[in-house]
Amino acid sequence: MVEINKLSKKYNKNEILKNISLSINKGEVTAVVGPNGSGKTTLIKSILGLVKLNSGSVEVDGINIKNNFTYKNNIGYVPQVARYPENLTGNEILSLVKELRTNYEFSSQKIIESFKLSEELNKPFKNLSGGTKQKVSILIALAFNPKIIILDEPTAGLDPVSSSYFKDLILEEKEKKKTIILTSHIMSEIQELADEIIFLLDGEIKFKGTITSLLEESKESKLERAIAQLMLRE
Amino acid sequence: MIKLILHFIFFYLLLNFNTTFSKEIVVSPKSFIKSISQAIQISRSGDTINIKSGYYTEGNIIINKPLIIIGTRNPVIDGLGTGEIFTITSSDVEISGLTINNSGVSYLYENAGIKLKEVTNCRILNNTFINNFFAIYLAKSSNSIISGNYIEGMRKKETNSGNGIHLWDCRDIIISNNIILNHRDGIYFEFVRNGRIFDNRSYNNLRYGLHFMFSDSCKYWENIFESNSAGVAVMYTKNVLMKKNVFRNNWGTSSYGLLLKDISNSEIKENQFIGNSVGILLEGCSRIIINKNDLTENGWAIKLMANSMENSFSLNNFINNSFNLSTNSMQNFNKFEGNYWSNYNGYDLDKNGVGDVPFRPVTMFSVIVEKQHLALILLNSHFVKLLDIAEGVVPSITPNALIDPKPSMKAINWSK
Amino acid sequence: MHLMNKILLYEIHNTIRNKWIIIYSFFFFFIGYALFAFSGDGSKAFISLMNIVLFIIPIVALVFGSIFLYNSREFIEMMLSQPIDRKSLFFGLYLGTALPLIFSWIIGITIPYFLFTVNYNNTEELILVIIIGSLLTIIFTAIAFLIALKQDDKSKGLAYSIFVWLILAILYDGLVLLIIYTFEDYPLDKFIIGLSIINPIDLGRIFFLIQFNISALMGYTGAIFQKFFGANLGIVISSFCMILWVILPVYLSLKLFGKKDF
Repeated sequence: MVEINKLSKKYNKNEILKNISLSINKGEVTAVVGPNGSGKTTLIKSILGLVKLNSGSVEVDGINIKNNFTYKNNIGYVPQVARYPENLTGNEILSLVKELRTNYEFSSQKIIESFKLSEELNKPFKNLSGGTKQKVSILIALAFNPKIIILDEPTAGLDPVSSSYFKDLILEEKEKKKTIILTSHIMSEIQELADEIIFLLDGEIKFKGTITSLLEESKESKLERAIAQLMLRE
Repeated sequence: MIKLILHFIFFYLLLNFNTTFSKEIVVSPKSFIKSISQAIQISRSGDTINIKSGYYTEGNIIINKPLIIIGTRNPVIDGLGTGEIFTITSSDVEISGLTINNSGVSYLYENAGIKLKEVTNCRILNNTFINNFFAIYLAKSSNSIISGNYIEGMRKKETNSGNGIHLWDCRDIIISNNIILNHRDGIYFEFVRNGRIFDNRSYNNLRYGLHFMFSDSCKYWENIFESNSAGVAVMYTKNVLMKKNVFRNNWGTSSYGLLLKDISNSEIKENQFIGNSVGILLEGCSRIIINKNDLTENGWAIKLMANSMENSFSLNNFINNSFNLSTNSMQNFNKFEGNYWSNYNGYDLDKNGVGDVPFRPVTMFSVIVEKQHLALILLNSHFVKLLDIAEGVVPSITPNALIDPKPSMKAINWSK
Repeated sequence: MHLMNKILLYEIHNTIRNKWIIIYSFFFFFIGYALFAFSGDGSKAFISLMNIVLFIIPIVALVFGSIFLYNSREFIEMMLSQPIDRKSLFFGLYLGTALPLIFSWIIGITIPYFLFTVNYNNTEELILVIIIGSLLTIIFTAIAFLIALKQDDKSKGLAYSIFVWLILAILYDGLVLLIIYTFEDYPLDKFIIGLSIINPIDLGRIFFLIQFNISALMGYTGAIFQKFFGANLGIVISSFCMILWVILPVYLSLKLFGKKDF
């Protein structure tokens, strides 16, 4: 579904991603983990075309994303920090996105109800809390029923109830054979959701495989410890 | 014998009739006398020559005896572009109601529509002058009236265009109610004494609307001088009174509402200077009272050259001029008091109508522009405003003594 | 362009609800009120208005434009994850900032003109002020975008914006004056005219003076400027410079926007 080939990215002189190649399979939940500054967000943004590559290529659904933007019709994205034009309302942003996207099945009712968003969507963003903005982001990402869902620290600003509902939502999407890419610092969350795990350190992939194979390899029972071990190995 | 006596009586009567009662001679293309010159020839002093409507081309017509010449229904006398048309060499002549066209351009002779040569007691009234080299020319004449004429020149180059009304060495002349345009100078005086010039309108002339030199003791009032290439210039004269005139729209590379050069002991009162490059330029002037004038929207309201002194500027309104005053001197020997300056920012705490802070009419920028003309391109720039403000706080290059100590808070209403 | 229009529409919606835009409108309303209601004379009011326009509009466009873009960073990121090309998004954002700024002050100044002037004699001057002010808004919003895209640090970016304003609105004229004094022995007319054309604020100022015939009042030197700026060639050259000022920063910001990592 997503093929990354020899991807490198530098900011000024800092090499954030070093010659990364990987493929993300359809219908799986892939978690990207790693310490701060390891290049997780840059990797995700490379897939979204937010970051321009220095070298290498990214293919989504068999299409090279260079100079292409229509492939984003298939992607729903929840960014790390959600901020919107402060005088617009959630509903307005939603209808803007509707106008931009094509080929979608729109269903927002369930998410709006579960997140109790219906009133909030009529308020301008400047009156919304961080958590609510995050919920709106999730709504916008999922309501268009995209084939690929990319989530950058999605639960960071959510309360436990919303967080748990959110996880249910992801599992539902997984059932529907969606390709999901996610970064998170919360290992339990990853253990709960992910099939595949990619461990990034200093811009390189140190591990890629299923969670079970990682646990087996490291002979640990907890994912957190297994990751810590990976880091210590360096 | 009786026959002889009768003859004698008849001639006596005829003679008497001729001297005591003037007769009227009619000139018309249809009448017996078709030529003005012929009419003058057969006329006697004091006769009236009535020129009827028609077109007359007779070259130079010399009027050498006291006559009243009246045009009826607009007769046209055409000089055909050569020589002079009327030359008056006798006193007590009156000309009115004629249209006089095309006196000849010449570099040797000052050909005029009507020239008065060394005469007195003449009247030139209500004539129309079109395309003359000079229109009305008075030389060494006195006690005459030029009134109600419409004078339109050729509007050619300055060098081959003469003046509308030209006076040389004259005294006691009244010039009133004339309209003069498209000449070199609208009204020109040289060595004139005691002229009275009022209610004239002089505009669109190639050089000066009014131009005089060495003409003391003349009075000018309620004239309009407008859109003349160089405005009005008056030089080398004393005892001039200028009152209630309008100097308007005289702008261009070297144009002045009123250029005063070597003028002294004169008064300039209640005039309006509107939209001139320089409202009033004073060069070598002394003891001039400039009082109750409006100076509105001029480039420079007043340019005061260093050699001018003891002039007094009071109760004038300076309104929206780009520069109120510029001078090339750090000294000040002139007096400014009680004027209204539209850009005065001071306050009047005691509410007596007089600003409590003196006003400095010379800005730093005006000094800069005086030295570096190109700096004018920065007119109205914010940088220049800052400079002016800084200079206003601590004067360094503007004349320290040049202030209006009692600036008026309100425009002065002098017309009441 | 289709996508751009959509973005633009929403951006305008967002910006016109911004309180600063509304304050900006009111600012010009009160300026207009003060000028038109109290200064009886039309052209004087317009010269003052032009001074305010030349002073305020560049700094407002610079500061508002850069703050706006800095505050839109996450929104840009979010929008770029949608199927939209960068060019459309850029023009949507840019015009979505510049146009409300323009509307805001035009409305602010036009209302008092029609309310408080008696016979609308100066509509031509008003239109000229509006054209110059609008061009300055377009130019300085683009410069603001350029700065905000080049400099990721918000406070540095703001400092640069103010610096650019200081240079073009004030210091530049000081430099011109310095040059005039330093090289007073040389024929500088053309060079100085050239310098004035380079700075859009100066160009706006001089253009206005020419239209008001003020330079015609200014004797020989004024005539030199009048001759250049009043003649067809001068108008063509200055219009060309103004257009270049519009195109260049927009083009450079667009380039930068296309290459930038969000």
